Formats: sequence, C-alpha cells, structure tokens
Amino acid sequence: MATLIGGICTSHIPAIGNAIARGLEDEPYWRPFFAGYPPVRKWLAETKPDVAVVIYNDHGLNFFLDNLPTFAIGAAPQYPNADEGWGLPTLAPYPGDPRLSWHIIESLVNDEFDVATCQEMRVDHAFTVPQALLWPGGARPVRTVPIAVNTVQHPLPSPARCYKLGQALGRAIASYPEDARVVAIATGGLSHQLDGERAGFINKQFDLMCLDKIVEDPQALTQYSIHDLVRLAGTQGVELIMWLVLRGAMTARVHQLHRHYHIPVSNTAAGLLLLENAA
Amino acid sequence: MSAEHVSHDDIPGTYVFDGKLAQRGYALNKMCYSFNVAENREAFRRNEDEYCARYGLDDEQRAAIRNRDVLALLAAGGNVYYLAKFTGIFGLGVQDIGAQQTGMSLAAFRAKLAAAAH
Repeated sequence: MATLIGGICTSHIPAIGNAIARGLEDEPYWRPFFAGYPPVRKWLAETKPDVAVVIYNDHGLNFFLDNLPTFAIGAAPQYPNADEGWGLPTLAPYPGDPRLSWHIIESLVNDEFDVATCQEMRVDHAFTVPQALLWPGGARPVRTVPIAVNTVQHPLPSPARCYKLGQALGRAIASYPEDARVVAIATGGLSHQLDGERAGFINKQFDLMCLDKIVEDPQALTQYSIHDLVRLAGTQGVELIMWLVLRGAMTARVHQLHRHYHIPVSNTAAGLLLLENAA
Repeated sequence: MSAEHVSHDDIPGTYVFDGKLAQRGYALNKMCYSFNVAENREAFRRNEDEYCARYGLDDEQRAAIRNRDVLALLAAGGNVYYLAKFTGIFGLGVQDIGAQQTGMSLAAFRAKLAAAAH
C-alpha cells in the first residue's frame, strides 16, 4: 500500500536556480534563505520517499494559451526540463512513475476531477528549483508525478476547488495498491507581484497568517476567492493554491516539523513548510 | 458565487490576465512564447520588424515591443510570464522590469523589496 509520508511546501523562484548554478548559497544575500532547507533535507534523508507528487504551475514552458488545462497530470516515463528563455541552465530529465500517474488519473476522474493527461511534458523552474533545493547536487532519488495547476490565465481554480482536488489526491494515493512511500511537494508563493504599477508588492502579515492557517485551519483559506488572493498576496501570490492542493491531500490534523520564511528572494516572500500527517 | 465576469479594476496597478486580455494579446504572447527557443531569440535580434510581422502584432503591440515598455505590453494583452521571455533577450530580469514599471531606480526597487521584511 502507498503511504503519504509528508508534505513540503516551498517557493520556486527562478533566481534560486541561478544562485545554485552559480554557487552563491553562502553569499550574504542568499544565506538566510538557504539556511531554511537543511532540516528538510535531513528529514528526506531519514524518511527516504520513493516518489514525489509535485504540485506546481507551468509558466509558459509546456503549455501555451492555445491549449491550457486547469489541472494537468504527467503520465510519462520521464520529464525533460528545457530552455525557458531567460538564462537558467537546462537540467537533466526527471524520472516518472507512469503506473502511479495512471492510478491517480483514474482515481481523480472517478472522483469527478476531469484532469488533462500528458504523456509528454516539459517541466519548468517551478518543478525543478524545489527539487534542486531538496536534493542538492543534481541527485534524482525519487520518481515523480507532476500535477500542473493553471495560474497563467484567469479564471483560475478557486482555493476551495484546489483544496478539494487535494482531498481527492489524498484518496488516490491511499488507494494505490503497490508499496510506495510518497512525499507531496507544493511549489510557489508566497506573496509577490511581478507585473503592473504595483510590482514588488509583498504582504508579510498575510503570508504569516497563511502559514499558520495552512497548518492548523486550511478550511479558513478556502473562503478566499482568487480575486481576494490577487489583492492580498499579489498577482503571482495566487500560487498559494498549490499549497492548498497539498494540504487537502493530508489528514485533517498535521504536525508542522519545520517552517521558514524570508523576505526577499528576488521580488518574492519565500516560504517553506514541512508537514507530517497526524495519526 | 456567480459565474459572471469578475472585475479586477478595484486593485490598483494590477492587470489580471483574464479571457479579455488573453484574446487581446494572443499574437503578442505567441511571439513571446516562441522565445523559449534560442534560434527564435536570435531571429528576433537579427530582424525585429520581420519577426513581429510574422506573428501579426498590431501597431500598439509593435510600438510597445519597440519601446521595451512593459506597462504598454501589459495593456496590449501581454502576460508577464511570456513577456519575461522577451525582456530576457535583453538581459532584463523581474527586478529590472519591476523598477521600470514602478518608475524607480533598480536600487530603490530592491530597497522597497527589502523593506517589506519589516
């Protein structure tokens, strides 16, 4: 039987990938950010997951506006990274787990989440940067199942809908008959805005509240609309919805094993949470 | 909640990329999406007019591209994720375009971000 051993929520800012590529982790600007990650790496080394279900948003690498799914699941034997146009080095492909992917797809559709399926899928920085943070040095110790959520073109799926998707994902993982230790990784956030005269908007107070609520009372966050999140967290701060998918997949009560929050990384407030299901 | 179109006009300085903007900016965004490929970035650099004409940009979009004017590109239907691939051609990152859109120097924009920690 598959077990969801834990959940990791982390920012995925491209500048982090650049800092890793250039070996800047100990520079004064970067040290306070990277200092958040050793406890999570230690937890991963101890718990040794086999598979990571990675909930992220594509930023115009795999999907364009000609055909833009709200929820898309990879079902490929491997997932290549590729040039995103602005200078991040292209990384080696990530191993997939098509059996688990198809089980999740069948379970979700049976559960009324009619997802798009991708037997070929390029994965961008939102998928690669968190894994470079969690497993440094280019290691590929886990198989992966990518789940992409549309945050490019509105209407976006609501926080409530994303939380329900997560609940269905939790049921899908729990019903997988094969032995697998699964970690869920949600990427994005926290507050930031790249575009418009309000570019550079960050809302620390809102982020800290969200970090509390994700752990203790995620239902409270499902009361927000996407419009609320744009206003309170910025146009790209809506990436909180990936964290809500993850939280929905976990049990009602969870233990917070680690938390980190740092402003700024590039234009963004960076957040990190490590959660385990409560018995 | 109603299924009617949500107005986002009450959030100052914010462009929410909805169906209306996505239709307005389709050609512009399609061109910018092509900049994922290095040869296409090179082709744009070699002959900008020819490249924009190939994607059918209108006059407003063409002028915004010519001026590297991010706010004008947003108004013409550009989406920031695709536009970043365009500004990347000139080595401009999200902090550079943040400074441009807010009318600040890069140093002042960075200071504003750092100040959000307090």
